[in-house]
Amino acid sequence: MEESIILQMREITKVFPGVRALDGVTLEVRRGEIHSICGENGAGKSTLMKVLSGVYPYGSYEGQIIYMGKEAQFKNIKESENAGIVIIHQELTMIPELSITENIFMGNEIVKNGLIDWDEERQRTIELLERVGLNLNPNTLIKNLGVGQQQLVEIAKALSKNVKLLILDEPTSALNEADSANLLELMRDLKSKDITCIMISHKLNEIAAISDAVTVIRDGRTVETYPVEAGKVDEDRIIRSMVGRAIENRYPIHESHPGDIVFEVSDWCVEDPNVPGRMVCKNSSFHVRAGEVVGFAGLMGAGRTELMRSIFGHNYGIFKGGTVKMKGRELSVPSVSSAIEAGIAYVPEDRKNLGLNLLDSIRMTIVSANLKAILSGGLLDFDKERKAAEQSRTALRIKTSSVEAGVTTLSGGNQQKVVLGKWMFTQPEVLILDEPTRGIDVGAKYEIYRLIHEMADQGKAVILVSSELPELLGMSDRIYTICEGSITGVIDSKDADQETLMRLMTNTPAVKS
Amino acid sequence: MKQIKKVLGDDLRKYTLVFALIALIIFFNIASGGRMVTPSNFQNLLSGNAYVLIMAIGMLMVIVIGQIDLSVGSVAGFCGMVMAIAFQKWNFPWWAAVLLGLGIGVLVGAWNGFWVAKMGIPGFITTLGSMMIFRGGVIWISRSISVPAPSELKWFGAGYLPEWGPAFTAMNNSTLLLGILAIGFFAYAQLRQRNRAAVLHGAKESVWPVAIRIALGTVVVGYLTWLYGSGRPGTSFPIPGLILVILVIIYHTITQKTRFGRHIYAVGGNKNSAALSGVNVQKTYFLTMLNMSFLAALAGILFVGRSTAAGPSDGNGWEMDAIASVYIGGAAVSGGVGTIMATMVGGMMMAVLNSGLMLMGVGADKTQVIKGLVLMAAVAFDVYSKRPGHVSITKRLFSMNSADSKEGSPADKKS
Repeated sequence: MEESIILQMREITKVFPGVRALDGVTLEVRRGEIHSICGENGAGKSTLMKVLSGVYPYGSYEGQIIYMGKEAQFKNIKESENAGIVIIHQELTMIPELSITENIFMGNEIVKNGLIDWDEERQRTIELLERVGLNLNPNTLIKNLGVGQQQLVEIAKALSKNVKLLILDEPTSALNEADSANLLELMRDLKSKDITCIMISHKLNEIAAISDAVTVIRDGRTVETYPVEAGKVDEDRIIRSMVGRAIENRYPIHESHPGDIVFEVSDWCVEDPNVPGRMVCKNSSFHVRAGEVVGFAGLMGAGRTELMRSIFGHNYGIFKGGTVKMKGRELSVPSVSSAIEAGIAYVPEDRKNLGLNLLDSIRMTIVSANLKAILSGGLLDFDKERKAAEQSRTALRIKTSSVEAGVTTLSGGNQQKVVLGKWMFTQPEVLILDEPTRGIDVGAKYEIYRLIHEMADQGKAVILVSSELPELLGMSDRIYTICEGSITGVIDSKDADQETLMRLMTNTPAVKS
Repeated sequence: MKQIKKVLGDDLRKYTLVFALIALIIFFNIASGGRMVTPSNFQNLLSGNAYVLIMAIGMLMVIVIGQIDLSVGSVAGFCGMVMAIAFQKWNFPWWAAVLLGLGIGVLVGAWNGFWVAKMGIPGFITTLGSMMIFRGGVIWISRSISVPAPSELKWFGAGYLPEWGPAFTAMNNSTLLLGILAIGFFAYAQLRQRNRAAVLHGAKESVWPVAIRIALGTVVVGYLTWLYGSGRPGTSFPIPGLILVILVIIYHTITQKTRFGRHIYAVGGNKNSAALSGVNVQKTYFLTMLNMSFLAALAGILFVGRSTAAGPSDGNGWEMDAIASVYIGGAAVSGGVGTIMATMVGGMMMAVLNSGLMLMGVGADKTQVIKGLVLMAAVAFDVYSKRPGHVSITKRLFSMNSADSKEGSPADKKS
């Protein structure tokens, strides 16, 4: 019995000034299993993994770690790696300008006579890449790889360190469906080679697909842990223990009352800014009614984001033609500011890099897309600004001690609410939401969904771009599907299911004559 | 501690630099036997450093957008020289020569701005080029010879306010008037802020912290007024100092209270998110670079006025003083952070160091070494105190034996 257990973490408690991040967490992982850890943002999952991998050195936490039958006292990552524990972080840590070989052996270079033995490193890299199912030249630069391939190279790097316990922190959060499936397949393969995996994930379907055991953490405590038979995980049970309450319905019930057509895009064409001649949007036409939530489904790279950003003031690509009509009147939107002026708002998919200035406070973020509204006598009026921020905070139920707090102090869900507040403050007619619930937990998602419905009820036309099909089906009134830059279909969500959507999303259209 | 916070606001850290400056002044005053805090030394401190501080204003904005301008010294020298030559050789009236100099500054700024904004060349490289171009240019057009400056400019570069009115005040009445205006404005602003806060939050701040703030302000401004006004007859608060104060007020307002100012911080904080919020990033870059060269030209012309002639090596190394002022003032190399007020305090640190070390008889060589060490110390302190989980030194000093030191940064709650 003892033999089969590779890792035991007993009563781990980690206290930061003012916060008890972990409060007696217990985790038990058997050798050769895939063990999923779930929990809301802020529950303490990443902290626990940092304790395990020595980022927080022995002594800075309470409790005991038993690894391979002995107590482990890691003082830094190097020590845990030597013991065979490798963690792959959510944000990939590879250096884009260096080759696969250089990245894999970064910090572990094979040295002969004081110089790096490139031949040996390259040879080993080819072997490692084979093990993760990649067939690439080891001299390829990381920046030329897709995210999915980079993820696999990260795993190859872990294998190079003779990994016994592999920790993956949200491994598929940046991957498309095909790459995700590929990665999960690889994890199964590793399992068969006696490598134990701990996976932190929000995606319940993935957890369900491959886990042998699940541990749920909430508020720094272990809620429950149980073994499961792969493929038979009860998703609702996980959700229940994650949020501490049952969510009967993951999507709020809402009755929509679509009005007149508010927003109409016709024959929109955009060329790729990097590849001349490649069209990322081909004659795209769609319309949205007032009070309607319209979903856009498409695989990664289908051109959903490109289409939306191009409509939003030609923010992406080279505009090649097409018209936008707002309430029947044709708009000219050659710049972002003119698009905002015309009543279009765009919430970008990448909150940290595109949506927020992380140096700003909540107060400054809320007004940042509509500074005109807080001018008095040509100067910014801080009283108006504070009032606007307070109103957003109440209306969107942003959880914070003060609107003066920096946006980095907020959880992902609340950050997203701040971004929504920023765009609501521009008084838009059309609200384009690009992956509005990416990387936020189940409870916060539900709140975002309610806010989306509120906006629709106010008569706004809402466009919802999402990679999660259940979300699109649960939230939208109608769904457009995009494949390779073309709109391939539109379907009432009442009549749609995931399979129909997926068929349309993968339906490469015949060339129009 | 709580009382201090009520008076100065919750974030005492922003006063660290001010306390350090005061400490430095007191130290030098003692070390030099009382020669630091004298009317004439304080007058020189301002009129002798106004040109660097004026450039530091522009440099702060450039650094906030995440760029840097290495050409300011050369541009200042070049514009000052063009002005002097226009006056001497081309017989321009002095004011037309000054306008020409400023106009050249704007053109140079447009040149820098074009490369940075439209062509996307980093400011470091663009202005490294300009630095060489205009350093060469100034030597070229002057043939390495100094050119006398219009005497009217002396008043702008080193002049004093007029004497008038009754003598019983025992000081320069222009300075006195300025001081009274400053105190009045400060008190008015404090009261107004209190009333507006009352309207907004409902609860009125109690009277005593406001009263103490006004009293403190009165004492500080009053003391400075007396110091500047009581020098030898004919001297007062210096004109270049007054120009600097006016510029600081204007640019403080621009950076803190206008849309353009917000855009500067937005672009520096996150260029992409700024662009998606409707900010014209290129225009912001362009105007900021343009403004920098304009201020450099102004600084160069004031300097020429003060030294009565434009020399071919004017402006050598000024960019480094301006940049150092900004970084001592706590701006971030990555952009998005920094204020004009803190930059001015940072610049005064450098000025006080220069002056104090000179009074102590320390040579220029050692002064340079010490200034370099102070720059490193100031920035290291800033980096240290901003690191999460570290209690700042000021906080530690103030919270000794007090109970309200429990708040810490709830580091790393993200999971």
